[in-house]
Amino acid sequence: MKCSRRSFLKKGLGSAIAASLPLSSFKFLSPAEARAAVGDPAVRWGFLINTYKCTGCGFCVKACKKENKVPYDLPVTRTWVERYVVTRDGEAHIDSPAGGRDGYTDPKIEGKEIAAEEITKAFFVPKLCNQCQNPACVQVCPVGATFQTEDGVVLVDRTWCIGCGYCIMACPYGVRFFHPVYKVAEKCTFCYHRITKGMKSACVQACPFGARQIGDLKDPDDPVTRAILTQRVAVLKDEYGTKPQVFYIGLDENVR
Amino acid sequence: MLDQLATNGHLIAHGMDWTIKEGFVYPNEFIYWSIQIVLYPYMTGLVAGAFVLSSLYHVFGQQDLKDMARFSLVFSLALLPVAMMPLLMHLQQPLRGIEVLFTPHFTSAISAFGIIFTTYSIIVLSEIWFVYRTYFVEQARALKGKSGVANTFMRGLYTVLSLGAWDLGEAAVAKDKKAIKILAGIGIPVACFLHGYAGFIFGSVKANALWMSPLMPVIFIMSAVVSGIALCMLTYIVIMEWKKFTTTLAKGRGDDSVKLIKGAEIDVISKTSRYLIGFLIAAITLELLDLIFRGYTAMKSWDILRSVMYGKDFINIFVLQYGFGNLIPFILLILPRLTIRRTALALVLVLFGVFMMRWNVVIGGQAFSLSFAGYMHYVMPIIPHNIETFKEGLGGALLVGITPFVLFWLINKVTPSLRFNN
Repeated sequence: MKCSRRSFLKKGLGSAIAASLPLSSFKFLSPAEARAAVGDPAVRWGFLINTYKCTGCGFCVKACKKENKVPYDLPVTRTWVERYVVTRDGEAHIDSPAGGRDGYTDPKIEGKEIAAEEITKAFFVPKLCNQCQNPACVQVCPVGATFQTEDGVVLVDRTWCIGCGYCIMACPYGVRFFHPVYKVAEKCTFCYHRITKGMKSACVQACPFGARQIGDLKDPDDPVTRAILTQRVAVLKDEYGTKPQVFYIGLDENVR
Repeated sequence: MLDQLATNGHLIAHGMDWTIKEGFVYPNEFIYWSIQIVLYPYMTGLVAGAFVLSSLYHVFGQQDLKDMARFSLVFSLALLPVAMMPLLMHLQQPLRGIEVLFTPHFTSAISAFGIIFTTYSIIVLSEIWFVYRTYFVEQARALKGKSGVANTFMRGLYTVLSLGAWDLGEAAVAKDKKAIKILAGIGIPVACFLHGYAGFIFGSVKANALWMSPLMPVIFIMSAVVSGIALCMLTYIVIMEWKKFTTTLAKGRGDDSVKLIKGAEIDVISKTSRYLIGFLIAAITLELLDLIFRGYTAMKSWDILRSVMYGKDFINIFVLQYGFGNLIPFILLILPRLTIRRTALALVLVLFGVFMMRWNVVIGGQAFSLSFAGYMHYVMPIIPHNIETFKEGLGGALLVGITPFVLFWLINKVTPSLRFNN
């Protein structure tokens, strides 16, 4: 058999590529597993926040950190509550110490005491992942480790994330961070492990005032969907074209 | 368990060690991209610039760059692995870095890295092979029959490097030359792509008010070429000065060979500096256009951008980058009667200026909060107290800065690129 250098190199390259693809890289899923992995297309999870009802108690942040095992004493958090105090000069004073985890018991903002008669309005705004319809974080992930499920929730595959931080940079809402233990991108999942089993998200369950609600936006009879369709609601930073799916009742123009 | 670790101080959130917050900043915001990501486009830029410089000779036949071309080609090979180093060092999961090559997600700008970087590496390596094939063959033949471990090793190495192509006939060498020209020609757009896409990585982040600009890739390419040319010239000067020094020691100051080196050096440097000035003008023009446009259109983010650019980062941007990094070297280079010493000073300043440009883009882009109501300040860790503060501090930066010169020293042993006086 004649084997020229060219054909030897050609065949050698082919064999090398074939050998580098082990069988274990192919995985067969049962239909149930496949469905569970991509979510139910008949559902679209959405969130409704009534800022009039939020008192800044921080129970949601506490519950989230415990439920999702985010180190309790570190500043990073999947959800947080911001305090806004607007004074007579039109200035908005904003803070969120420890993500509002321990509630707002100190009237000082950034170390400054604001006189009660100076305050014209004050309110709290809970924040979490907006589970965008057009998520910038998913677009920029170089390895596809973060993805959108069929029911609209953006998740991170902790076994696949390389920890480059591009998704953290791409999110206009600052909801992503590196998990201090797993060293991969981390974010709010609407408690996907709970909602897909018929339970409510931990923060929704922990809220004593019903300021947080989760529902199926594809179901017009869902209370959340009905509220969004019938009341005046707004979303955060729609100018980025991400189509956020967390809706706010009573959103103020000062909210960042 | 997790809580215990956190209270015991063993756990930290990434970025806590070097970020100082001021005003209202979202809880999860930190300087996530620090010194390594400053170095990444800087190093990629040097690679691309060095290659473009060598291609100017090979493709467009710029005879005045002949001596520089061979050197800058080999130097761009030495820089190549270093362009990848900061990326790996910055990853939270460096062992998974290879996934970018194996499972690229094509809507991400970073996923193009694998393809462009591999293509570019193949081009550089094969161009070097064609340039040095004759040399490999000659060396392998010359070392034949010589005894000694080193000689045997080098002969083996050159034999392998020749890849069995021993033909040094006129036709074969002419074919080499043609291949070099074609490869250098393809290499120019690929080098620009390699760096332009680094600019795209930043320019396409719509969440970041400072980064998002379609001009970003072009600005990056221009400043890349500037820095690449400057580094090649500077290294060339240093090496020539060393040769001059050793020759002076061996043969005395008045020897002809010393004058020869001196003449060749100033000739090459003054010719190359003309290209440097051209690219420098292009880079500054684009950067100023970007700045003026932002101020004129004054979008929502302009208030905070202005307070960063004209306030907090004024020294970094206008004094260090534009002043020391652009204006002063520009004046130094266009003044008549160029000397080696003056050029060397200008080159150091140009390199510093491009580094400051990367710094002001990467760190400056994170100097303000996404809330537009607060600021973040990066304090580069000098003395590391854990692996993170080493990687994202001075130690990691120095490691990345030194590696290309060590690699060049090694590669130059096999493919000498500085045989000026033969």
